[in-house]
Amino acid sequence: MQEHTQLSQKQINDELLRDILTVPKWWLPAVVGLGILVATGLGAFSYMVYHGVGVTGLNRPVFWGFFIANFVFWIGISHAGIMISAILRLTQAEWRRPVTRAAEVMTVFSLIAALHTPLFHVGRPWRVLYWIFPYDFDRGIWPNIRSPFVWDPSAVGTYLIASSLFVFVCLLPDIAILRDRAKGLFVKRIYAFLCLGFRGTPRQWRLQTVAGILLSALVLPVFVSVHSIVSWDFAVLIGVEGWHSTIFAPYFIIGAIHSGVSAVAMLMALAVWLYKLDNYIKPDHFDAIARLLIVVATTWFFFFFLEWVYALYTLDSPEIALRELQAFQWPYGPLFAIFVILSFVIPVPIWLFKRFRRSAKIMFWTTILVNIGMWLERFLIIIPGLVRRTHMTFDWGTYHPSLVEILIVVETFAFVALGMLLFAKVLPLIPLFDVKEGMVFRHLIKVGRKTVPASIREGLPHHYYEKKH
Amino acid sequence: MAKKSVLGLYTEEDSAADALDNLRDAGFEEGEYELLTGTPYPEGTFGEAEPEHHLFRWPLIGAACGFTGGLIITAGTQMAYPLITGGKPILSIPPMAIIMYEGTMLGAIIFTIIGIIFESRLPRLFMGAYSEKITEGHIGVTVTTEEGRTGVAEEALKKAGAEGDIIRGWE
Repeated sequence: MQEHTQLSQKQINDELLRDILTVPKWWLPAVVGLGILVATGLGAFSYMVYHGVGVTGLNRPVFWGFFIANFVFWIGISHAGIMISAILRLTQAEWRRPVTRAAEVMTVFSLIAALHTPLFHVGRPWRVLYWIFPYDFDRGIWPNIRSPFVWDPSAVGTYLIASSLFVFVCLLPDIAILRDRAKGLFVKRIYAFLCLGFRGTPRQWRLQTVAGILLSALVLPVFVSVHSIVSWDFAVLIGVEGWHSTIFAPYFIIGAIHSGVSAVAMLMALAVWLYKLDNYIKPDHFDAIARLLIVVATTWFFFFFLEWVYALYTLDSPEIALRELQAFQWPYGPLFAIFVILSFVIPVPIWLFKRFRRSAKIMFWTTILVNIGMWLERFLIIIPGLVRRTHMTFDWGTYHPSLVEILIVVETFAFVALGMLLFAKVLPLIPLFDVKEGMVFRHLIKVGRKTVPASIREGLPHHYYEKKH
Repeated sequence: MAKKSVLGLYTEEDSAADALDNLRDAGFEEGEYELLTGTPYPEGTFGEAEPEHHLFRWPLIGAACGFTGGLIITAGTQMAYPLITGGKPILSIPPMAIIMYEGTMLGAIIFTIIGIIFESRLPRLFMGAYSEKITEGHIGVTVTTEEGRTGVAEEALKKAGAEGDIIRGWE
């Protein structure tokens, strides 16, 4: 990473806390607009609770529709947040510094959004407790742990708790800065309470560094397990040809990384545009994440190709019929073409050009395309899989999402955006201490006739420097 | 005897390192003085001792607790309502392994977080001698000692070129 602007600690505080300690003009209208969308979605949900799930387009044979497609989509987005943060921390990639916090926070809000839809989907969300909570309420019935619907909440719950705690611990030094900068006594006291009295002793900084690496190493296996388990919601079902596949777990994981890393890149572009963070998120950062995206997108495409090869290679007539429905029949055929074009055919060739990789605007639009495509991918896995015609003709049918479902899906998008905006109003989206550390650890050194930036590797104990290498 | 703390602020790393040397020369022990910075520095920048911690034990203890919890939940709930479904055994290992795995990881992560907070000596109720300038780039050297020795500490801090007045606080 060659691009760098050396800033003082005071400058970093002023610039990165500007939008927390003051209110930008666009903030209130944006929050109100998103709040209305969230309220509308919750209104639609209340309507559904009152009238029953009959107000949705779900009916035999399609009992899983928009809600479940949306659930898988948000689980996917949530994955790359922590994944990108954890991998970059573990590899001590310098360009991670301004990116990790936003990615981690997006994970938390995406997970909450992901949990919305299956809870709404069951129609009576409070009854979910009966099948997941390990307690015999009054009927002598305990959870059936053989069901993926028990695995799912345990995995997603673990991931949500883990990522929330991860975000909190990494926030402590920044909350301490806010405690020192906040003006009102009440606000100051809240930040003082939240930072637990963090003062910045060498012990506390050492623990912060170790915590980042240790928690990353612990969260990564959870990240892999969560999307594997989400894929098993489908894959362990023997009756649906398109779902019963051994490749689903890695295919879902790589799909999650593709959509999630794209979402992080989109978030970076938004941060530059809305919060004017050009001093921190530079074209080099977009270049780095776009290179990562090329690898991820190509790997995802390989798995997508394999999934089709494995399906077609069987020459099973129900499998062939399902694939024909997915790719060639109305309305799924055109959606399938749009999905492939948006997820891979348009963005990847664009990212091959350095000029485009370094442009926040191009990265914003291409990553939006990827996420539209990846939402469609989940839709095309779930709905045609259920719509396919089985031997029982009375079970033939199709699926049309109702307005209630559409409003609830829109609500999840508004919820994540609103959550991010509210978070950015009270806590910094870019980790100040990490950026400051980057400034302290970076020096210009002369190699021959050229002066180049060099970074000290953080977190090395004393004895490392004393060893003879 | 009540303890008091004093804080000297420095703008240069070398001056802060000198302050630590002065404190050592004045007979203060490692636990009595501390550095306060707004950003992590490479360890040993100020000649301070390497902080020791036992954080790596915490996830192991947490994982063991989580695994046990997972085992109790999966085995216990199935044995409490022993209904055979699909001809599968009551204690079916693959689904049990999934939930026990999540329990193990959850335990490891929660204990790691508790460990980080505990090993960081947090939460800290009283800040002692502290300045908001520390999060703006100043380097603080704080000494916590008996009331009678604060004068010696102040002198050692001033000798290294502490900026402005020495800040005093109660522990």
